[in-house]
Amino acid sequence: MIPTDTALISSDEAILSVEGVGVRFGTRTVLDEVSFTIRPGEFTGLIGSNGAGKTTLLRVILGLQPATGTVLIGGRPRRGRDRLVGYVPQKIALDPDIPLRARDVVGLGLDGHRLGVPLPTRRRRALVAEALDAVDATRFADARIGNLSGGEQQRVLIAHALISRPRLLLLDEPLANLDVRSEHAVVDLLSRIARDRRIGVLLSAHDMNPLLDAMDRVVYIADGHAASGPTDEVVQSDVLSRLYGHHVDVIRLHDRILVSVGRVDRPDEPSEHGPIVVP
Amino acid sequence: MTGFWQGVVEPGFFSSAPVHSAVAVGAIVAVVSGMTGVFTVIRGHSFAGEALGDIGSTGGSASYLLGINPLIGFLGLSVLGAGLMSATGARTRKARDVETGIVVGGALGLAALFLYLDTTRTSTTGAPVTILFGSIFTVPSSTLPIVAVLGGVTLTILLALYRMLLLTSLNPGLAAARGTSVRLVAVAYLALLAVAVSLSAITIGTILSTALLIGPPATALRLTDSPGRATVLAAVIGVASTWLGILLAYDSDYWPRQHGWPASFLIVTIIVAGYLLARVFGRDIRQPAFG
Repeated sequence: MIPTDTALISSDEAILSVEGVGVRFGTRTVLDEVSFTIRPGEFTGLIGSNGAGKTTLLRVILGLQPATGTVLIGGRPRRGRDRLVGYVPQKIALDPDIPLRARDVVGLGLDGHRLGVPLPTRRRRALVAEALDAVDATRFADARIGNLSGGEQQRVLIAHALISRPRLLLLDEPLANLDVRSEHAVVDLLSRIARDRRIGVLLSAHDMNPLLDAMDRVVYIADGHAASGPTDEVVQSDVLSRLYGHHVDVIRLHDRILVSVGRVDRPDEPSEHGPIVVP
Repeated sequence: MTGFWQGVVEPGFFSSAPVHSAVAVGAIVAVVSGMTGVFTVIRGHSFAGEALGDIGSTGGSASYLLGINPLIGFLGLSVLGAGLMSATGARTRKARDVETGIVVGGALGLAALFLYLDTTRTSTTGAPVTILFGSIFTVPSSTLPIVAVLGGVTLTILLALYRMLLLTSLNPGLAAARGTSVRLVAVAYLALLAVAVSLSAITIGTILSTALLIGPPATALRLTDSPGRATVLAAVIGVASTWLGILLAYDSDYWPRQHGWPASFLIVTIIVAGYLLARVFGRDIRQPAFG
């Protein structure tokens, strides 16, 4: 296991604190007064339907999207490239023609922003092997990244993000296009990483159900507003109704949660398909 | 053994000054084109590479009218073309291809005018063939130092940006999250591409420069999964094809009932043959390499 730099941040201090963040695109408010914190070792789900502002929020945290409000990483405003943050982007299309093996992609996580050609030092090889092992990707380390399955690619990208020893890991819809088994494997892996390495994990998803067992807290986004806290406290009819601004039903069915938004906010959208369910 | 070499290499090959110059210029150009071309292929920029060569031919043909070194004309116009392509800010590949096509069309129109003037107003009646199809044996010896310096600078910048080029090619989002300016890398890359294409324009001509830029990398990418090995292999294949083409072109003067084959034709034919061999006998890259 890669030791984390525990002297850098004490374990109780928030690794990420988002305070009153707002983003407007022209006249449209994408995010409004979004506030929440993530502590080391916590697995947080960033839940919301498509277009709710999840990707925008992650881009704000990464410093790629200008916003009002404050984002503190490790207690400080973020600087240009923050080594404390690892990132796995959304719906990454990997071309099989790109001559990069899984181990090359992980290596680029270490020094992909540097000038020059990577030298195959023993230290670099060891770090890459360690990161591949941590995500159980050693078996396909020498395969072209574009030839791997969605779940395998996701594991390699997690290793790419982990190798620079971040304290906060941001993942944008990593479960999209995965089969149920791969979904479980990726969630288990991330949950273990969060616990073992004391890393704060923030994972966006439109469906919270695959995350229910692993998730410590939830940040629920609707129409640019966010509610955060322990899953059971946030995913309640009264909390989500306040968030959406109208009545919302939360239905617990066996081990699944269904959120029935009940009406369409945008009048230009067809409503004949009945209530929209954000599972 | 001596007898064998006498059969393969016709007399005077190693003592001929045009051959020396061709071998040196050919090697530099092949290395620069091969290594730059790896990124052209993986970034899906093959059309841009072809376009920059075409745009360069406008400058090349103007050079004959102005009486300056054609390399300066090629370089000036292709770098300008790369600048224009960067400035359009096309977001999608389709939009980029359309804008590139428009710029190329305009540039080739001008090239047609300049080539016409070259042949009618100046004494350089061979200019069109030299510009479009190259003439590696008539590269002036004064051009060699310029080629060496440009080649060296291009390779230095390419290797400096190597990791950022790989990461931005894999996924711009990953690179941006690490503080890399994806746009700056893209602009720098197009400038390198413009120089690489200009260099190969003076050796095998603008029309065939794409073959040297795309062929060896495409072959290398069929043979290896490692980015470092692919880059080196593309350079090696480029140099080997160019040298073999030069040798055969020289020898062809001595072949029975022939008065010589053009080097450009031979080089490009060898490159294409190499690619076809790699396709037939190489491992299918779309199959997983592990069991």
